[in-house]
Amino acid sequence: MKKTLTVSLVALLASGAMAKAEGVLNLYNWGNYTSPELIERFTEETGIQVTVTDFDSNDTALARIRQGGHGFDIVVPSDTYIPVWIEEGLFQPLDPEIVTDRGNIAPQWLDVDYDQGREYTVPWAWGTTGIIVNTSVYGGDINTAGVIFEPPEELRGRINVIPEMSDVMSLAIYHVGGTDRCTDDMDVLRQVRDMLMEAKPHWLALDYGTVDSYAAGDLDAGIYWNGASMRARLQNDDLAYGYPRAGYPLWMDNAAVLADAQNPENAMRFMNFILQPENAALISNFARYANGITGSEAYMDEVMRDAPEIVVPDDLIGAGRFGQPCSEEINDIHTQIWTELLQ
Amino acid sequence: MFRRSYSVSHLPGFGFVAILTFLMLYLPILVLVIFSFNAGVSQSIWEGFSLQWYEAAFRNRQVRDVSIRSLWLAATAAGIATMVATLAALGTTRTGRFPGQTMIYALINQPLMVPEVVTGVALLIFVAAIKVQTGYTGMGYLVAAHTAFCIPFAYLPIRARLETMDINLERAAADLYATPLQAFRYITLPLLVPGILAGFMLGFVISLDTVVITEFVKSAGQDTLPTYMLGQLRRTVTPEMNAIATLFLALSLMIVTAFFLITRKRGA
Amino acid sequence: MAEQRESHLWKWLLCTPALLVLVLAASGPLFIVLAYSFLTPGTMGGVRWEFSTEGWFRVFLQRDIFDPDEVRWNQAHLTIFWRSISLSLQTTIICAVLGFPTAWFIATRPPHRRALWLFLITIPFWTNLLIRTFAIQELIRNNGTINTLLMRTGIIDSPIQMMFTDFAVLLGMAYVFMPLMVLPLYAAMDKLDFRLVEAGYDLYASRIKVLWYVILPLVKPGFIAGSILVFIPSIGAYVTPRVLGGGRTMMLGNLIALQFGQGRNWPLGAALAVVMLVIVVTTLVLYLRWANREGGQVRV
Repeated sequence: MKKTLTVSLVALLASGAMAKAEGVLNLYNWGNYTSPELIERFTEETGIQVTVTDFDSNDTALARIRQGGHGFDIVVPSDTYIPVWIEEGLFQPLDPEIVTDRGNIAPQWLDVDYDQGREYTVPWAWGTTGIIVNTSVYGGDINTAGVIFEPPEELRGRINVIPEMSDVMSLAIYHVGGTDRCTDDMDVLRQVRDMLMEAKPHWLALDYGTVDSYAAGDLDAGIYWNGASMRARLQNDDLAYGYPRAGYPLWMDNAAVLADAQNPENAMRFMNFILQPENAALISNFARYANGITGSEAYMDEVMRDAPEIVVPDDLIGAGRFGQPCSEEINDIHTQIWTELLQ
Repeated sequence: MFRRSYSVSHLPGFGFVAILTFLMLYLPILVLVIFSFNAGVSQSIWEGFSLQWYEAAFRNRQVRDVSIRSLWLAATAAGIATMVATLAALGTTRTGRFPGQTMIYALINQPLMVPEVVTGVALLIFVAAIKVQTGYTGMGYLVAAHTAFCIPFAYLPIRARLETMDINLERAAADLYATPLQAFRYITLPLLVPGILAGFMLGFVISLDTVVITEFVKSAGQDTLPTYMLGQLRRTVTPEMNAIATLFLALSLMIVTAFFLITRKRGA
Repeated sequence: MAEQRESHLWKWLLCTPALLVLVLAASGPLFIVLAYSFLTPGTMGGVRWEFSTEGWFRVFLQRDIFDPDEVRWNQAHLTIFWRSISLSLQTTIICAVLGFPTAWFIATRPPHRRALWLFLITIPFWTNLLIRTFAIQELIRNNGTINTLLMRTGIIDSPIQMMFTDFAVLLGMAYVFMPLMVLPLYAAMDKLDFRLVEAGYDLYASRIKVLWYVILPLVKPGFIAGSILVFIPSIGAYVTPRVLGGGRTMMLGNLIALQFGQGRNWPLGAALAVVMLVIVVTTLVLYLRWANREGGQVRV
């Protein structure tokens, strides 16, 4: 008994000490987003051990980091949230001594609104939220969210919607004619609510893990991310990905070093590491999203280079929209609509 | 004799429902285990025997990490829970009622009664406050949360064991001038060992099972196997998950079997 | 007297380490939840330390999204409360209906075999809840084992939709909580005096009458304990509705989690958590009262 006590105490202390030891990096990222190969290669090159912890929404990540005492070094939030992080002083600027390859960032991703000149962040991956449809079931136009919100007869009861409040609300707002995902136009929001409530009986599920459900034909349409869509299409040729003409969310997730990181130097090394095209390509190969690093295409899997889910058709590029986090009042309305929808 | 007792206790249809229930309990697990050995990706079409998913699981460093962390956490939490539960059992068993006893029972059983989500949310708020004050982000929080959750499970078998123990043995030791401590060390403790072991095992298995609390309390790099699996919901579930699940199933099975054997010996 | 008080002190000292852990990591934080339910939501999650009853207001009532002056019942929340309670009650009933014969079956095996059957009942309970839920999912998916088998044998042409329905959630919960019903039922039956059953037959009672008037009253304590043990984790279920319900319909646990995540309304989440706690405690108190009363009647 005494021995057990001693052993567990020692183990307890050791584990506490380990987290602070050198050669460690704590990464806080979306679930299923971090290529194991990327981590392995980084550890091989630097000897730094990386732990990866998952979060499931931007809000969760922000809430946890802001409380402090979290132990993370790097976080990977979406573009819409970056200004909040920066304003609240949660990031530290990239260290130019270590992060020397900022020039690798593709020009269109360098001067982004949320982080002019990339002072704090480095692109992780970017993509779109659109519509996946099984074209053997529905032959109509798929470049519209109407497929989901006003579903045609053959798709009713065969639809899945990702349970992401902000993505679904954005698509719905654009679909009824809103241009700003945080609009305070009550008429637009009322139309959104009514449309969603009417559409919901035709939805089969609001679920995430459905790549193989689409592939197997269990689901025939849905709101989905382009990368996941591509994974499904690679298993089943009938699947296609649509970009709603009325507007669809564009997003980019970005890595940043936290102001209270315990291993800032290791973190900066990691930031520079993912700026290398061959490493950024690993991120893309794993999650099937583009990454925003010049020259990484050369290292990507063959299937990614001209995939319709990655290369947006010219006439639809303009419909893609970056968002911003909504004010408390608007988010509150979104949450109420969302709760009503899921009641 | 057999015939009569049979006819008395026989209720038509009950045996059928019972077998059906057992089938319902085991069929999903059986399917899970079988398809962990499937050569293909499918969960429903058998494509031949293969160990590839086990290999994949072992190669996956994150899976290794979270598994080791889960086991370490379960051992530590169950260890501490067993120790404090043993003391508490000694304090509350074989005595008349004493002031505050009901409150102690209520506190010990409280984790059994409060839904995990509520405890999880409560700990999220509480732990966040402490983290800010102290800056400590280690495994201590998870250990404390799991320990509290394991205590009622560890307490039950230890208390049961104590209650069936012959108090005359300790009286005899006292008659032979053993100090209370000596009596405890040489008489009570050895007799109590099966109960303590049983309590540790229950606690261990319960800790391995705890997902919601862990999800709310975890800090950097503290994913355990259940929270890792929950995160996998966003991706296709491959038989790799089945393989990991099967391994943990086997582990739980081993522990519960040992528990069963220990407690059965006690009964005999 | 002094000596007795001293021995009480010992008992308390022995319990102290356990109580310390429990108060710090289980009971104490519950009071913080109560406190948080009266604060103001912070920006992007968290709280501001300003007193507010808005969280509690929003639990039951709602201002119309588009006409803030119009206050009405919060239909969405009430629906979710009702669904949670209803699904939990249904789970309890399913567990009781299947669990009673199962416990009876075990209790009537020859004594040396009973332990083995009991062991078989407990095994699933000791395996990871998430693993068991995944196992159910694999079984009932459209391209899962059941549908594949039925389609291969030609019984059905297109898969039966089981995932993402209330049925799936019920099945999952009944599956994971079944042992919690069988074990206390078995414990009650184990103590059952079969001579009473025999006496019933001797008085020419039919099987159904013996079951209804003799056996059921005697094992009632087992039913009560089992129902509490099944109902409480059901009302708090989070994983099962999330995985098997496909997130289409929320239960209370998911609604609470939403407020602490994307909903960014911690006070509302805290108030909802307190509501869940109140439901649990009320159930417990009602059951215990009922149990005491019934217990008295049986003795008469």
